[in-house]
Amino acid sequence: MKTVNLTCIGCPLGCQLEVMMEGEKILMVTGNTCQRGEAYARKEVTDPTRIMTSSVRVYGSVAGERMVPVKTASDIPKGKTMEVAASLRGVSVPCPVNIGDVVIRNVAGTGVDMIATKNVL
Amino acid sequence: MEQKAYHLIIIGGGPAGLSAAVAAYDAGERSILILERDTRLGGILNQCIHNGFGLHTFQEELTGPEYAQRFIDQVKDRNIDYKLDTMVLSISKGEGNAKQVVAVNEADGLMQLTADALVLAMGCRERSRGALNIPGFRPAGIFSAGTAQRLVNIEGYLPGRRVVILGSGDIGLIMARRMTLEGAKVLVCAELMPYSGGLKRNIVQCLDDFDIPLKLSHTVVRIEGKERVEAVVIAEVGPDRKPIKGTEERYECDTLLLSVGLLPENELTIGLEADMSRVTNGPLVNESLETSIPGVFAAGNVLHVHDLVDYVSEEAHLAGESAAAYIASLEAGNGPVPHAGVLITFSGGVRYTVPATADVSRIEKWLKIRYRVGDVMTNRVVSLYLNGNRVLTKKRRVMAPGEMEELVLLKKQVEEYPVVESMEIRIEEDKA
Repeated sequence: MKTVNLTCIGCPLGCQLEVMMEGEKILMVTGNTCQRGEAYARKEVTDPTRIMTSSVRVYGSVAGERMVPVKTASDIPKGKTMEVAASLRGVSVPCPVNIGDVVIRNVAGTGVDMIATKNVL
Repeated sequence: MEQKAYHLIIIGGGPAGLSAAVAAYDAGERSILILERDTRLGGILNQCIHNGFGLHTFQEELTGPEYAQRFIDQVKDRNIDYKLDTMVLSISKGEGNAKQVVAVNEADGLMQLTADALVLAMGCRERSRGALNIPGFRPAGIFSAGTAQRLVNIEGYLPGRRVVILGSGDIGLIMARRMTLEGAKVLVCAELMPYSGGLKRNIVQCLDDFDIPLKLSHTVVRIEGKERVEAVVIAEVGPDRKPIKGTEERYECDTLLLSVGLLPENELTIGLEADMSRVTNGPLVNESLETSIPGVFAAGNVLHVHDLVDYVSEEAHLAGESAAAYIASLEAGNGPVPHAGVLITFSGGVRYTVPATADVSRIEKWLKIRYRVGDVMTNRVVSLYLNGNRVLTKKRRVMAPGEMEELVLLKKQVEEYPVVESMEIRIEEDKA
């Protein structure tokens, strides 16, 4: 049995959660003061995900911009974050780029696209 | 010199200025000009490429540039005039109810503009090293967190490889993650106070996710290096916030980021001689977000520093509507509406309120009072008293200086009080 400690991000209270686990199985969540805390803890220990944001270089911008901000089109596994970040280095995309344009397809094999979050002319 | 008159001039094209412009337009005002000193609209949102914006406004999680674009589109759809690369040099009272704005840009040169009403939406800037009095040389490698954010996200430079962060404000936390993702090693985040100044979820997602330690009650006592930062020494502080001898830890690094607070940017407001708050460093405003100068309104971070842009947009919406109403009143020949507000007083740990004064007879649907507390507090009841009678209570399990609080007073709650002589917010312990 192991115990995972988490800080709940559901509200400013920031409850210190303890999740007791037997292998992959959650035995008990304690320290939460509401249901949201338990739901957060269960997701966080079994399948933690994040939207990952970054910026990549552009070329040919008539507006003189050097970078375009990007994000994963949906959540990616938390553990993939650094891999996705590394795969963005050295990438350069042609302008114009519009919000929602796919900048990198299936980034780092996550099955998720990296999309632009700004219009860059 | 170019001279032009508008009904409404908005100073600043960030989230506050954009929202105020749209609200004023939608209230019927058509003669609006936005003055923005940067090369693009959107303000600081352009460099806030992380997500988490817009949950309140759009019920979805957007990045900063996406959030800004929603408002930029609204401004462009309405053909509202704006000038970029334009620096406002001064604002002053003109003849009658007029306000003078002196601004300059490359295309128009020096401009003397006149307006019936102004919305101040200049935002804020970061406290710098100079404001902290950290002793030592002035080597390269010391940046405010926001400067580093601009360098990484907009300019495309990584300002350092081994980083210490002083202060746990949200921008510092965001940059801890951002620099890590770009390949830098963030060694530690030191915070002078015994609690973090940033939002909880930023601590978790920007520090905990990357195993970056947060050292509360710690500060920088020495910066080593003459040409470039070579090391930073941090030490624990006691309850008096003075460093404790013997607790020093030395971190070899090339970069120190400062995330130690934001200051509303009010040189123009002070030049106008508007009454200022010593707590927020912003102007004192009434329930319409009007400063002590009739027809001059303020919203967003120039008024008081916000945690969430959604609240900035909402606040600026009110400022824009109020400005439009003021102009309409002038147009109708009624002149400025005399103001009969009372000072909102407070006790029990409230540091300030926005607005600072309120005329409850001018509440249309509700009055939103935003405030911050001075310390972390648990299990409290916040109450609003009119003429000594409790008209509103709100239970709060926890309140922290880093999270803005609000009370909403509904029109129907004030209707029993045709004459309001006092208005007080009290924080009391919840004994229930």
